[in-house]
Amino acid sequence: MTVPLTLLGLLEREPSHGYDLKRDYDAYFGRSKPLSYGQVYSTLSRLSRDGKVVMDEVGPGEGPDRKRYVITDAGATEVEAWLTEPVEPEPHLQTVLFAKVTLALMLDRSAQAYLDRQRTTHMRRMRELTEIKRSGSLVDALLADHGLFHLEADLRWIDLTASRLDALANEVRR
Amino acid sequence: MSLLTARDVTLSFGSTPALRGADLTVGAGEIVAIMGPSGSGKSTLLHCLAGILVPDQGEIMYDGRRIDTLGETGRSELRRDSFGFVFQFGQLVPELTAEENVALPLLLNGVRRARAIREAREWFPRVGLDGLGHRRTGELSGGQAQRVALARGLVARPRVLFADEPTGSLDSLTGEQVMDLLVESARGEGTTVVVVTHEPRVAAYADREVIVRDGLVHDMAGTAAS
Repeated sequence: MTVPLTLLGLLEREPSHGYDLKRDYDAYFGRSKPLSYGQVYSTLSRLSRDGKVVMDEVGPGEGPDRKRYVITDAGATEVEAWLTEPVEPEPHLQTVLFAKVTLALMLDRSAQAYLDRQRTTHMRRMRELTEIKRSGSLVDALLADHGLFHLEADLRWIDLTASRLDALANEVRR
Repeated sequence: MSLLTARDVTLSFGSTPALRGADLTVGAGEIVAIMGPSGSGKSTLLHCLAGILVPDQGEIMYDGRRIDTLGETGRSELRRDSFGFVFQFGQLVPELTAEENVALPLLLNGVRRARAIREAREWFPRVGLDGLGHRRTGELSGGQAQRVALARGLVARPRVLFADEPTGSLDSLTGEQVMDLLVESARGEGTTVVVVTHEPRVAAYADREVIVRDGLVHDMAGTAAS
Protein backbone atom coordinates (compact mmCIF):
# COMPACT_ATOMS: atom_id res chain seq x y z
CA MET A 1 0.00 0.00 0.00
CA THR A 2 2.89 2.33 0.74
CA VAL A 3 4.59 2.10 -2.68
CA PRO A 4 1.75 3.52 -4.83
CA LEU A 5 1.07 6.34 -2.38
CA THR A 6 4.74 7.15 -2.01
CA LEU A 7 5.16 7.30 -5.80
CA LEU A 8 2.07 9.53 -5.98
CA GLY A 9 3.62 11.77 -3.33
CA LEU A 10 6.82 12.04 -5.35
CA LEU A 11 4.74 12.94 -8.39
CA GLU A 12 2.98 15.68 -6.47
CA ARG A 13 6.38 17.21 -5.91
CA GLU A 14 6.94 17.36 -9.66
CA PRO A 15 5.93 15.44 -12.81
CA SER A 16 8.51 12.72 -13.40
CA HIS A 17 9.63 9.92 -15.67
CA GLY A 18 9.49 6.38 -14.32
CA TYR A 19 13.26 6.23 -14.23
CA ASP A 20 13.53 9.38 -12.10
CA LEU A 21 10.77 8.14 -9.80
CA LYS A 22 12.60 4.88 -9.17
CA ARG A 23 15.83 6.75 -8.47
CA ASP A 24 14.16 9.07 -5.93
CA TYR A 25 12.16 6.27 -4.34
CA ASP A 26 15.26 4.13 -3.88
CA ALA A 27 17.26 7.08 -2.53
CA TYR A 28 14.77 7.93 0.21
CA PHE A 29 12.44 4.99 0.81
CA GLY A 30 13.93 1.88 -0.77
CA ARG A 31 17.43 1.69 0.62
CA SER A 32 17.04 -1.82 1.91
CA LYS A 33 14.60 -2.87 -0.80
CA PRO A 34 14.90 -0.95 -4.10
CA LEU A 35 11.96 -1.05 -6.52
CA SER A 36 12.27 -3.01 -9.72
CA TYR A 37 11.49 -1.15 -12.94
CA GLY A 38 8.67 -3.63 -13.49
CA GLN A 39 7.13 -2.67 -10.17
CA VAL A 40 7.46 1.05 -10.93
CA TYR A 41 5.76 0.82 -14.33
CA SER A 42 3.06 -1.61 -13.23
CA THR A 43 2.24 0.68 -10.29
CA LEU A 44 2.16 3.73 -12.55
CA SER A 45 -0.05 1.85 -14.98
CA ARG A 46 -2.56 1.06 -12.19
CA LEU A 47 -2.45 4.64 -10.95
CA SER A 48 -3.14 5.79 -14.50
CA ARG A 49 -6.03 3.33 -14.90
CA ASP A 50 -7.51 4.63 -11.61
CA GLY A 51 -7.25 8.26 -12.72
CA LYS A 52 -4.59 9.21 -10.15
CA VAL A 53 -1.96 10.09 -12.77
CA VAL A 54 -1.92 10.99 -16.47
CA MET A 55 0.91 10.78 -18.98
CA ASP A 56 2.30 13.48 -21.16
CA GLU A 57 4.88 13.00 -23.86
CA VAL A 58 8.00 15.04 -23.49
CA GLY A 59 11.64 14.42 -24.14
CA PRO A 60 13.46 11.77 -22.14
CA GLY A 61 14.65 12.55 -18.62
CA GLU A 62 17.80 11.01 -17.27
CA GLY A 63 16.61 7.62 -18.47
CA PRO A 64 15.40 6.41 -21.85
CA ASP A 65 11.63 6.72 -21.34
CA ARG A 66 9.73 9.56 -23.01
CA LYS A 67 6.56 9.33 -20.98
CA ARG A 68 6.29 11.67 -18.06
CA TYR A 69 3.71 11.09 -15.34
CA VAL A 70 1.66 13.95 -13.85
CA ILE A 71 -0.49 13.64 -10.74
CA THR A 72 -4.20 14.43 -11.12
CA ASP A 73 -6.46 16.22 -8.62
CA ALA A 74 -7.79 12.82 -7.55
CA GLY A 75 -4.23 11.62 -6.95
CA ALA A 76 -3.33 14.75 -4.99
CA THR A 77 -6.45 14.32 -2.85
CA GLU A 78 -5.40 10.77 -2.07
CA VAL A 79 -1.89 11.89 -1.06
CA GLU A 80 -3.37 14.61 1.13
CA ALA A 81 -5.68 12.13 2.89
CA TRP A 82 -2.89 9.60 3.38
CA LEU A 83 -0.45 12.10 4.85
CA THR A 84 -3.10 13.44 7.23
CA GLU A 85 -4.39 10.14 8.58
CA PRO A 86 -2.54 8.47 11.43
CA VAL A 87 -2.08 4.76 10.82
CA GLU A 88 -3.43 2.04 13.07
CA PRO A 89 -0.95 1.58 15.89
CA GLU A 90 0.59 -1.84 15.44
CA PRO A 91 4.12 -3.20 15.55
CA HIS A 92 6.61 -2.62 12.73
CA LEU A 93 5.30 0.72 11.46
CA GLN A 94 8.70 2.24 10.95
CA THR A 95 8.59 2.20 7.14
CA VAL A 96 5.23 3.86 6.78
CA LEU A 97 5.82 6.44 9.54
CA PHE A 98 9.13 7.36 7.94
CA ALA A 99 7.58 7.61 4.47
CA LYS A 100 4.81 9.92 5.70
CA VAL A 101 7.15 12.25 7.57
CA THR A 102 9.67 12.47 4.75
CA LEU A 103 7.04 13.05 2.07
CA ALA A 104 5.23 15.63 4.20
CA LEU A 105 8.49 17.60 4.46
CA MET A 106 9.22 17.24 0.73
CA LEU A 107 5.76 18.64 -0.01
CA ASP A 108 6.01 21.50 2.51
CA ARG A 109 3.25 20.06 4.66
CA SER A 110 3.28 20.04 8.45
CA ALA A 111 5.10 16.89 9.49
CA GLN A 112 4.75 18.09 13.09
CA ALA A 113 0.95 18.05 12.84
CA TYR A 114 1.05 14.54 11.41
CA LEU A 115 3.40 13.35 14.17
CA ASP A 116 1.09 14.87 16.81
CA ARG A 117 -1.89 13.02 15.35
CA GLN A 118 0.10 9.80 15.22
CA ARG A 119 1.29 10.27 18.79
CA THR A 120 -2.31 10.76 19.96
CA THR A 121 -3.44 7.64 18.12
CA HIS A 122 -0.60 5.67 19.67
CA MET A 123 -1.32 7.01 23.16
CA ARG A 124 -5.00 6.12 22.81
CA ARG A 125 -4.04 2.54 22.01
CA MET A 126 -1.56 2.50 24.90
CA ARG A 127 -4.34 3.58 27.27
CA GLU A 128 -6.54 0.75 25.99
CA LEU A 129 -3.74 -1.79 26.49
CA THR A 130 -2.95 -0.38 29.95
CA GLU A 131 -6.60 -0.81 30.94
CA ILE A 132 -6.54 -4.41 29.65
CA LYS A 133 -3.43 -4.99 31.74
CA ARG A 134 -4.99 -3.54 34.87
CA SER A 135 -8.23 -5.46 34.58
CA GLY A 136 -7.16 -8.71 32.92
CA SER A 137 -5.20 -11.84 33.76
CA LEU A 138 -1.42 -12.12 33.77
CA VAL A 139 -1.58 -13.62 30.26
CA ASP A 140 -3.58 -10.60 29.09
CA ALA A 141 -1.04 -8.36 30.81
CA LEU A 142 1.93 -10.03 29.07
CA LEU A 143 0.28 -9.75 25.66
CA ALA A 144 -0.64 -6.14 26.34
CA ASP A 145 2.95 -5.48 27.46
CA HIS A 146 4.28 -6.74 24.14
CA GLY A 147 2.08 -4.24 22.33
CA LEU A 148 2.94 -1.46 24.77
CA PHE A 149 6.69 -1.86 24.34
CA HIS A 150 6.41 -1.74 20.54
CA LEU A 151 4.17 1.32 20.66
CA GLU A 152 6.59 2.95 23.07
CA ALA A 153 9.44 2.32 20.63
CA ASP A 154 7.41 4.05 17.90
CA LEU A 155 6.70 6.96 20.24
CA ARG A 156 10.37 7.36 21.07
CA TRP A 157 11.07 7.49 17.34
CA ILE A 158 8.23 10.01 16.90
CA ASP A 159 9.66 12.24 19.65
CA LEU A 160 13.19 12.06 18.29
CA THR A 161 12.01 12.75 14.75
CA ALA A 162 9.87 15.67 15.94
CA SER A 163 12.97 17.26 17.43
CA ARG A 164 14.87 16.81 14.15
CA LEU A 165 12.24 17.99 11.66
CA ASP A 166 14.09 21.16 10.67
CA ALA A 167 17.30 19.24 9.92
CA LEU A 168 15.38 16.53 8.06
CA ALA A 169 13.53 19.15 6.01
CA ASN A 170 16.84 20.66 4.94
CA GLU A 171 18.04 17.26 3.83
CA VAL A 172 15.01 16.20 1.79
CA ARG A 173 13.78 19.47 0.29
CA ARG A 174 15.19 20.62 -3.00
CA MET B 1 -16.08 20.86 35.77
CA SER B 2 -12.62 22.39 35.84
CA LEU B 3 -10.81 22.35 39.17
CA LEU B 4 -7.44 23.70 38.14
CA THR B 5 -6.59 26.09 35.32
CA ALA B 6 -3.47 27.75 33.99
CA ARG B 7 -4.24 30.67 31.70
CA ASP B 8 -1.58 32.27 29.49
CA VAL B 9 1.14 31.53 32.04
CA THR B 10 4.59 32.97 31.42
CA LEU B 11 7.64 32.36 33.59
CA SER B 12 11.33 32.96 32.96
CA PHE B 13 14.37 31.97 34.97
CA GLY B 14 16.66 34.97 34.47
CA SER B 15 16.72 35.53 30.74
CA THR B 16 15.66 31.95 29.98
CA PRO B 17 11.94 31.58 29.29
CA ALA B 18 10.46 28.33 30.69
CA LEU B 19 6.77 28.99 29.97
CA ARG B 20 5.61 31.29 27.18
CA GLY B 21 1.84 31.50 27.56
CA ALA B 22 0.87 28.05 28.78
CA ASP B 23 -2.81 27.11 29.05
CA LEU B 24 -4.16 24.00 30.77
CA THR B 25 -7.49 23.02 32.29
CA VAL B 26 -7.80 20.00 34.58
CA GLY B 27 -11.23 18.68 35.50
CA ALA B 28 -12.19 17.51 39.00
CA GLY B 29 -11.30 13.84 39.40
CA GLU B 30 -9.33 13.81 36.16
CA ILE B 31 -5.89 12.24 35.77
CA VAL B 32 -3.81 14.30 33.34
CA ALA B 33 -0.29 13.51 32.15
CA ILE B 34 2.03 16.37 31.21
CA MET B 35 4.63 15.13 28.75
CA GLY B 36 7.39 16.80 26.80
CA PRO B 37 11.13 16.75 26.16
CA SER B 38 13.66 17.67 28.83
CA GLY B 39 13.73 21.41 29.40
CA SER B 40 10.35 21.95 27.73
CA GLY B 41 8.84 23.50 30.88
CA LYS B 42 6.67 20.60 32.05
CA SER B 43 7.93 20.55 35.65
CA THR B 44 7.78 24.35 35.78
CA LEU B 45 4.13 24.16 34.74
CA LEU B 46 3.43 21.62 37.50
CA HIS B 47 5.14 23.87 40.05
CA CYS B 48 3.02 26.85 38.92
CA LEU B 49 -0.20 24.80 39.09
CA ALA B 50 0.75 23.63 42.60
CA GLY B 51 1.48 27.12 43.90
CA ILE B 52 5.17 26.39 44.38
CA LEU B 53 6.27 28.88 41.73
CA VAL B 54 4.52 32.17 40.91
CA PRO B 55 4.18 33.00 37.20
CA ASP B 56 5.55 36.28 35.83
CA GLN B 57 2.27 36.71 33.96
CA GLY B 58 -1.00 34.86 33.57
CA GLU B 59 -3.34 33.25 36.07
CA ILE B 60 -3.58 30.03 38.05
CA MET B 61 -7.12 29.25 39.19
CA TYR B 62 -7.91 26.55 41.75
CA ASP B 63 -11.50 25.76 42.68
CA GLY B 64 -12.76 29.07 41.32
CA ARG B 65 -10.17 31.39 42.86
CA ARG B 66 -6.82 32.77 41.78
CA ILE B 67 -3.91 31.30 43.66
CA ASP B 68 -1.04 33.05 41.88
CA THR B 69 -1.91 36.31 43.64
CA LEU B 70 -1.76 34.72 47.10
CA GLY B 71 1.28 35.43 49.27
CA GLU B 72 3.72 32.72 50.30
CA THR B 73 1.70 31.98 53.45
CA GLY B 74 -1.56 31.62 51.55
CA ARG B 75 0.00 29.32 48.94
CA SER B 76 1.73 27.33 51.64
CA GLU B 77 -1.61 26.78 53.44
CA LEU B 78 -3.22 25.75 50.17
CA ARG B 79 -0.47 23.22 49.44
CA ARG B 80 -0.78 21.83 52.95
CA ASP B 81 -4.60 21.65 53.00
CA SER B 82 -5.52 20.73 49.44
CA PHE B 83 -2.53 19.36 47.56
CA GLY B 84 -0.37 16.26 47.83
CA PHE B 85 3.01 15.68 46.22
CA VAL B 86 5.09 12.77 44.95
CA PHE B 87 8.52 13.44 43.51
CA GLN B 88 10.96 11.35 41.50
CA PHE B 89 13.23 10.36 44.36
CA GLY B 90 10.60 10.14 47.08
CA GLN B 91 12.33 12.79 49.16
CA LEU B 92 11.54 11.01 52.39
CA VAL B 93 13.02 12.34 55.62
CA PRO B 94 15.82 9.87 56.47
CA GLU B 95 15.72 10.52 60.23
CA LEU B 96 12.08 9.37 60.43
CA THR B 97 10.53 5.94 60.09
CA ALA B 98 8.37 5.12 57.07
CA GLU B 99 5.14 5.64 59.00
CA GLU B 100 6.36 8.92 60.49
CA ASN B 101 7.11 10.06 56.94
CA VAL B 102 3.58 9.17 55.85
CA ALA B 103 2.15 10.94 58.93
CA LEU B 104 4.02 14.18 58.19
CA PRO B 105 1.30 15.97 56.18
CA LEU B 106 -1.23 15.19 58.93
CA LEU B 107 1.12 16.45 61.65
CA LEU B 108 1.69 19.64 59.65
CA ASN B 109 -2.09 20.01 59.44
CA GLY B 110 -2.29 19.97 63.25
CA VAL B 111 -3.53 16.39 63.65
CA ARG B 112 -2.42 14.91 66.99
CA ARG B 113 0.53 12.56 66.72
CA ALA B 114 -1.23 9.37 67.89
CA ARG B 115 -4.05 9.86 65.40
CA ALA B 116 -1.67 10.86 62.59
CA ILE B 117 0.40 7.71 63.11
CA ARG B 118 -2.75 5.58 63.25
CA GLU B 119 -4.04 7.02 59.97
CA ALA B 120 -0.60 6.67 58.38
CA ARG B 121 -0.45 2.98 59.38
CA GLU B 122 -3.71 2.31 57.55
CA TRP B 123 -1.94 3.12 54.29
CA PHE B 124 0.76 0.46 54.59
CA PRO B 125 -1.36 -2.56 53.63
CA ARG B 126 -2.95 -0.48 50.85
CA VAL B 127 0.41 0.15 49.23
CA GLY B 128 1.67 -3.40 49.80
CA LEU B 129 4.03 -2.52 52.67
CA ASP B 130 2.25 -4.19 55.56
CA GLY B 131 4.59 -4.44 58.55
CA LEU B 132 7.27 -2.11 57.16
CA GLY B 133 6.07 1.08 58.86
CA HIS B 134 8.80 1.02 61.50
CA ARG B 135 11.66 0.83 59.03
CA ARG B 136 13.90 3.81 58.42
CA THR B 137 13.85 5.01 54.86
CA GLY B 138 17.42 3.75 54.31
CA GLU B 139 16.15 0.21 54.94
CA LEU B 140 13.63 0.40 52.09
CA SER B 141 14.17 -0.46 48.42
CA GLY B 142 13.58 2.25 45.80
CA GLY B 143 10.14 0.88 44.97
CA GLN B 144 9.17 0.59 48.64
CA ALA B 145 10.34 4.14 49.32
CA GLN B 146 8.32 5.44 46.39
CA ARG B 147 5.22 3.67 47.70
CA VAL B 148 5.80 5.32 51.07
CA ALA B 149 6.07 8.66 49.22
CA LEU B 150 2.78 7.90 47.45
CA ALA B 151 1.07 7.12 50.77
CA ARG B 152 2.46 10.38 52.16
CA GLY B 153 1.10 12.25 49.13
CA LEU B 154 -2.39 10.85 49.66
CA VAL B 155 -2.69 10.47 53.46
CA ALA B 156 -4.22 13.91 54.03
CA ARG B 157 -6.81 13.18 51.30
CA PRO B 158 -5.74 16.06 49.04
CA ARG B 159 -8.07 17.19 46.27
CA VAL B 160 -5.13 17.30 43.87
CA LEU B 161 -2.07 15.05 43.79
CA PHE B 162 0.93 16.43 41.90
CA ALA B 163 3.41 13.77 40.80
CA ASP B 164 6.69 14.75 39.12
CA GLU B 165 8.27 11.74 37.37
CA PRO B 166 6.95 9.43 40.12
CA THR B 167 8.48 6.34 38.51
CA GLY B 168 11.59 7.98 37.09
CA SER B 169 13.99 6.21 39.43
CA LEU B 170 12.31 2.79 39.27
CA ASP B 171 12.57 -0.23 36.97
CA SER B 172 9.62 -0.99 34.63
CA LEU B 173 7.79 -3.47 36.84
CA THR B 174 8.18 -1.49 40.06
CA GLY B 175 7.19 1.68 38.22
CA GLU B 176 4.03 0.00 37.01
CA GLN B 177 3.16 -1.16 40.51
CA VAL B 178 3.52 2.42 41.74
CA MET B 179 1.35 3.76 38.89
CA ASP B 180 -1.26 1.05 39.51
CA LEU B 181 -1.42 2.10 43.14
CA LEU B 182 -1.46 5.78 42.30
CA VAL B 183 -4.36 5.45 39.86
CA GLU B 184 -6.29 3.03 42.05
CA SER B 185 -5.92 5.22 45.15
CA ALA B 186 -6.74 8.41 43.26
CA ARG B 187 -9.85 6.87 41.69
CA GLY B 188 -10.91 5.48 45.06
CA GLU B 189 -10.57 8.85 46.76
CA GLY B 190 -11.79 10.95 43.80
CA THR B 191 -8.42 12.72 43.78
CA THR B 192 -7.45 14.81 40.77
CA VAL B 193 -3.95 13.93 39.55
CA VAL B 194 -1.45 15.94 37.54
CA VAL B 195 1.51 13.74 36.63
CA VAL B 196 4.63 14.94 34.83
CA THR B 197 6.39 12.19 32.93
CA HIS B 198 8.51 11.64 29.85
CA GLU B 199 7.49 7.97 29.72
CA PRO B 200 4.55 7.06 27.45
CA ARG B 201 3.89 3.92 29.51
CA VAL B 202 3.33 6.10 32.58
CA ALA B 203 1.23 8.63 30.68
CA ALA B 204 -0.96 5.77 29.43
CA TYR B 205 -2.36 5.46 32.98
CA ALA B 206 -3.84 8.96 32.68
CA ASP B 207 -7.21 9.92 31.19
CA ARG B 208 -5.44 12.18 28.70
CA GLU B 209 -2.08 13.70 27.99
CA VAL B 210 -0.82 17.13 27.00
CA ILE B 211 2.58 17.96 25.58
CA VAL B 212 4.66 20.92 26.70
CA ARG B 213 6.87 22.07 23.87
CA ASP B 214 8.94 25.25 24.00
CA GLY B 215 6.97 26.53 26.96
CA LEU B 216 3.54 26.07 25.37
CA VAL B 217 0.94 23.41 26.12
CA HIS B 218 -0.32 21.38 23.20
CA ASP B 219 -3.55 19.66 24.12
CA MET B 220 -3.49 16.40 22.19
CA ALA B 221 -7.24 15.82 22.49
CA GLY B 222 -7.90 17.87 19.36
CA THR B 223 -5.23 16.28 17.21
CA ALA B 224 -6.54 12.75 16.84
CA ALA B 225 -8.23 11.72 13.65
CA SER B 226 -11.77 10.60 14.34
